[in-house]
Amino acid sequence: MNDMSGKPQYRVVGTRPVRPDGIDKVTGKAVFSADHFVAGMIYGAILRSPHAHARIRSIDVSKAAALPGVQAVVTGADFPTLQSLEVELGEGGGNIVDFSRNCMARDKVYYDGHAVAAVAATTLAIATEALELITVDYEVLPHVTDLAAAMAPDAPILHDKIRTKGLDTPSDKPTNITMRYVKQHGDAAAGLARAKVVARGSFSSAPVHQGYLEPQACTVSYNADGQVLIWASSQGAFMIRTVTAQILNIPIADIRVTPLEIGGGFGGKTVIYLEPVAVLLSKKSGRPVRLAMSRSDVFRATGPAPGTVCDVAIGADENGILTGAEVIFSGSAGAFPGSGTHPAAICSLACYKIPDYYIEGQDVVTNMACTAAYRSPGAPPIIFAVESVIDELANTLGIDPIDFRLRNAVQEGDPSPTGTPFGPIGLKEILEAAKVHQHWSEPLGPNQGRGIAAGYWPNFGGQSTAAVSLTDDGTVIVTTGSPDIGGSRASMAMMAAEVIGLPYENVRAIVADTSSIGYSMLTGGSRTTFATGKAVVEAAEKVVDEMRSRAAQIWGVDGSEVEWIDGEASCTAPGKEARLTIKQIAGKTGMSVKGPISAESTVNPPDPGPGIAVQIVDVEVDPDTGTVTVLRVTALQDVGRAIHPSYVEGQMQGGVVQGIGWALNEGYVFNAKGQLDNAGFLDYRIPVASDLPMISTVMIEVPWPSHPFGVKGVGEAPICPPMGAVANAVSAATGVRMRHLPMSPDRILSDIAAAQ
Amino acid sequence: MSKILVSTTVNGEAQEFACDPSTSLLDALRTELHLTGTKEGCGSGDCGACTVSLDGEMVCSCLVLAAEAEGRSIGTVEGIAEGSALHPLQTRFLEHAALQCGFCTPGFLVAAKSLLEKNPDPDETEIRYWLAGNLCRCTGYDKIVRAVQHAAADLRQERTVA
Repeated sequence: MNDMSGKPQYRVVGTRPVRPDGIDKVTGKAVFSADHFVAGMIYGAILRSPHAHARIRSIDVSKAAALPGVQAVVTGADFPTLQSLEVELGEGGGNIVDFSRNCMARDKVYYDGHAVAAVAATTLAIATEALELITVDYEVLPHVTDLAAAMAPDAPILHDKIRTKGLDTPSDKPTNITMRYVKQHGDAAAGLARAKVVARGSFSSAPVHQGYLEPQACTVSYNADGQVLIWASSQGAFMIRTVTAQILNIPIADIRVTPLEIGGGFGGKTVIYLEPVAVLLSKKSGRPVRLAMSRSDVFRATGPAPGTVCDVAIGADENGILTGAEVIFSGSAGAFPGSGTHPAAICSLACYKIPDYYIEGQDVVTNMACTAAYRSPGAPPIIFAVESVIDELANTLGIDPIDFRLRNAVQEGDPSPTGTPFGPIGLKEILEAAKVHQHWSEPLGPNQGRGIAAGYWPNFGGQSTAAVSLTDDGTVIVTTGSPDIGGSRASMAMMAAEVIGLPYENVRAIVADTSSIGYSMLTGGSRTTFATGKAVVEAAEKVVDEMRSRAAQIWGVDGSEVEWIDGEASCTAPGKEARLTIKQIAGKTGMSVKGPISAESTVNPPDPGPGIAVQIVDVEVDPDTGTVTVLRVTALQDVGRAIHPSYVEGQMQGGVVQGIGWALNEGYVFNAKGQLDNAGFLDYRIPVASDLPMISTVMIEVPWPSHPFGVKGVGEAPICPPMGAVANAVSAATGVRMRHLPMSPDRILSDIAAAQ
Repeated sequence: MSKILVSTTVNGEAQEFACDPSTSLLDALRTELHLTGTKEGCGSGDCGACTVSLDGEMVCSCLVLAAEAEGRSIGTVEGIAEGSALHPLQTRFLEHAALQCGFCTPGFLVAAKSLLEKNPDPDETEIRYWLAGNLCRCTGYDKIVRAVQHAAADLRQERTVA
């Protein structure tokens, strides 16, 4: 399968077929979370706190329960009391007690939008009317939504029990700082002291939301025997099953979750909000219940990404070789711990060889919705700070920013953030490609600037199950438990078709419910094409082995005398040359003593390939209004191997544009009462088509050895560089270093004015 | 509160449904007629996922009362293909991978169809501004714009041949 250059030649991998679920999605047939109807279904609605921080003295639901049409009312009192248990979900985790309290408040509400009660009624209008009849007696408490304020010694305390973990000297003082994580190598101070030039700065970023277009929704049917059916869209049907079972003390096998089509997630659908509430409403009413969020609920009550503050100092010698670095940051976790401190620390300096460094991160609770994963969770705003300082160093030393990065870029064999040597990592390759790209040398006009930044995300492996079964006519079904968030059914079918030797169209891939296939971790961490893909390849190989063995049986030869070539069994025994097609072998499965041909594989690969991306951005800054126009973007990435290049490009383009929104427009705005003031797409403005140019992509393939086709996860790395690249471009255009996100027009004007 | 009986035409078919005076056209399409291809992304006219055509004009169906559909003609994503034959926009969206999650796709298709009916040869800027009311969080719009350009060329070709 190798040509003269040594590059593998594939028939299916690397082509761009139409995805198996495509027709459904362009004709309106695809069933998303709020599209599923169950006979007898009633409608739920959730009462949410108007206060950012308050003690619940009492809740009176009697009037709501008496409203005609109301079938069930649920409050925190209906939830079981749980023992503390840390749960890892694949893109971060948390404590099951916190998950439960995030689904429904108990004694306290921690943010504007926190659920306090739920109603199910025969119509949504009645359920909504009933919410107004619920009386909640709140004792309003002082709140804190600002990250820096939450760390102050006199800050309002969210959780009386929290003590900072990871301190050199443990303290028994209640605090909002939940933990401190330190990662260091050598002596950072000595490294900085050796430098000819040290660049430093204090950076910050506002909390931002994943902004998936489909609000969370689910339909749940609880049966009298305790068995539960859940239809929902999520990045992990198995995650919904596990967490719902744990929150409600239900045996896992009694919950069957059917994953519906998912309307975007970006990490935001790696946690649950509605399902346990809907189970209780269904249990109380005896009816299937639909529970759906409004867009305002999504912004107020589902996980944003943390706001951050970050101090960076990096030093380099006269040749532009980095000598030392210090990165000290904090992230706002929202109501409960977990703002991605560890991955942010790991990723912050990962692109560069730095002999002496000190990285310290803190996780801080604030009166905001509990943060959830968002594409490279934790890392992007810290990488923005580091890439800004790297840019300043290059400028100060008068070295081209690509050359500067090339001199310090990690390569295979260098220590990775975990200490083990990097495998094949294409940072130098993509920097070289950026350097010779026409974009890099194109002239710029007045008020225009060009920026470049790099970004790293380690990617994830994790547990996956896949099944491959052969039908009687020789077509194949691939079954996984990994929700398809952006074309993964296509890549699964393509990999199976490649292994078996079938045309893509003869292989159909589906995503099964949680009772129909073995466990898979959620779709996240850029793990699906890597880990689930690996399971698909292994299962497909087992099917091929079985077909070879059936052919050997038919021919009466030893299995070693049958080769599998181009989708056919070929007998190599002397004098017995013969061939059997898949169709011929499949046609005999029904009658075979051995039965049907089907195989399952489970994997848990510990060794995913790294995600590594570099982006070049041109902007024009209007000096009168401070408005930034993005003129041109070139996104380069080491993609390992692109199974379906269009969907890899799509991940790159989508990540870039989310990052442009993060850089320029997006950010949570809280009012004096701690309520979210921009809980809608009008005021929380994500990029629209007219804001943007085409997003050029350059895919560099440095294959990853532990995946059969060389796949590296591609979904997350592309959101790491954009904020740094845009900020570096704006700084180049204005001559003023931009250190705060979002770089809104008023911020840019005031930063320019302050510098003059 | 008594219900209103609404007689309307959806994708060329006569339809009747009863609804509350406050019901939006979006909710009526989804709940009464089970045409769930039209999506609710915000319910406030900011995202375009609920875009339908009303007497040939593009509207956010979440901002139209169902009762306003009386005697009028509505086009939704379910009516874009002719039987099993896809519209060039649908074909090019698939070929260009102009969708990842696909949730915004129905609104984009209806909006793009409306554009090409009014302007068969839009340039990139015209496409981007026409579609600026439709949010997509997955694709960064690049492949959507290319798919619309390609479908526009297909439709011009069809007209020339005809």
